[in-house]
Amino acid sequence: MDISDVRKGTKLMIDNVPYNIEEAEFMKPGKGSAIYRFKLRNLVDGSSMNRTYHSGEKFTGANVSTREGQFLYRDGSHFIFMSTDNYEQYTIGETLLGDKGHFLKEGAIVTTLMLEENPLDITLPIFVELKVVKSDIATKTDTVTAQMKSATLETGYEIDVPAFIKEGDFIKVDTRTGAYVERVVTKK
Amino acid sequence: MSTSPELYMKRLLAAGYDRIYQLNRCFRKGERGRYHNPEFSLLEWYRTGAGYEQMIRDTEQLVTTIASKLGMGTTLRHRGKKIDLEPPWLRFTISEAFKKMAGWDPVIEPEARRFDEDMVLKVIPNLNPSRPTVLMDYPAPMASLARLKPGSPDVAERAEVFIGGLELANAYSELTDRREQEARFLKEAEQIKQEQNRIAPMPQKFLRVLSNIPECAGIALGMDRLVMLFCDAQAIDEVIPFTVDEA
Repeated sequence: MDISDVRKGTKLMIDNVPYNIEEAEFMKPGKGSAIYRFKLRNLVDGSSMNRTYHSGEKFTGANVSTREGQFLYRDGSHFIFMSTDNYEQYTIGETLLGDKGHFLKEGAIVTTLMLEENPLDITLPIFVELKVVKSDIATKTDTVTAQMKSATLETGYEIDVPAFIKEGDFIKVDTRTGAYVERVVTKK
Repeated sequence: MSTSPELYMKRLLAAGYDRIYQLNRCFRKGERGRYHNPEFSLLEWYRTGAGYEQMIRDTEQLVTTIASKLGMGTTLRHRGKKIDLEPPWLRFTISEAFKKMAGWDPVIEPEARRFDEDMVLKVIPNLNPSRPTVLMDYPAPMASLARLKPGSPDVAERAEVFIGGLELANAYSELTDRREQEARFLKEAEQIKQEQNRIAPMPQKFLRVLSNIPECAGIALGMDRLVMLFCDAQAIDEVIPFTVDEA
């Protein structure tokens, strides 16, 4: 595609890596040729960069789509999902998922970003509810601030929780920060 | 749909009209950004017996007259800044501006790509925000229809007016030498053929009457941008009811 067809939200390949155009700025000095400044988001590792291009440059569009999938199970460093559309299974490696793997619970439905037939990334819900499988008993000291202690969740993720959380409790976790939000009382 | 009324207006000058203006719509495919819409309004005027400096003085007078009629005195408020419109506006040569803000002199090295990029990324953003500024004397290859400066043939008598970071108007002392104009057009056509693989037709009707045009100067001013300045608009979308994205 020609650079003049690139817009905010266009997905294209640069050096074999798919990028999303997050911001596109068109500038043109009088009697000169157009300058384009793009803020690009790397769809594989999430990093961003700014690049300047000139009119006449050509790009290859990235064939990126989304697919809804259910997380089935983890097999070593691989996370196995099933498409809710056609029930086909697909695998995403631990390194690609990064911290997101900590918040995947069996049965969870997530949106998967695909480059052609290869999964690139998943979008998690902002909050997930996970079970505490191990937590030390807090040492009681008199303070006015909340006491935090370490706990392990069903996914193996270690998290700081308030002293009153017990093994077997369900807690709500913010997947953007990885932090404890609150105890979930209904699930027992 | 024309990109500019320039050649037609020069044909009117050749026919004997000596002071002419036109306010019309121009169309430039693919130009869309904060300050660009493919369809826009251009105010263009010419004077015989004048040079580009006169066109800049006209523009100073036009802008200050509008400000005074609107009851603003000589102070324009645009995007949180006060702009002092009192003439004479600041004037710098392209050579001075580039050496100071981009670290090189495009008059010595007229590289078009580097010039365009540094103009929008280094020079325009660093112009004095509180005063209108005129950049003058462009490298000769970057002003295809302008006369070369007498005594300095490496620059052309071209000037651009900037107010509040907006490129508002472009003035030329017009080239009236048919032979030189034809040679420049042929060179450009060759470049277009090489770079874009298309044939750019020669404007024969214009070239035929060019030698009838007396010494003159002209300027084109972006009306939408002028309205943006006086309405304190951030983007051209605020002063055009239906941009190409809304059409």
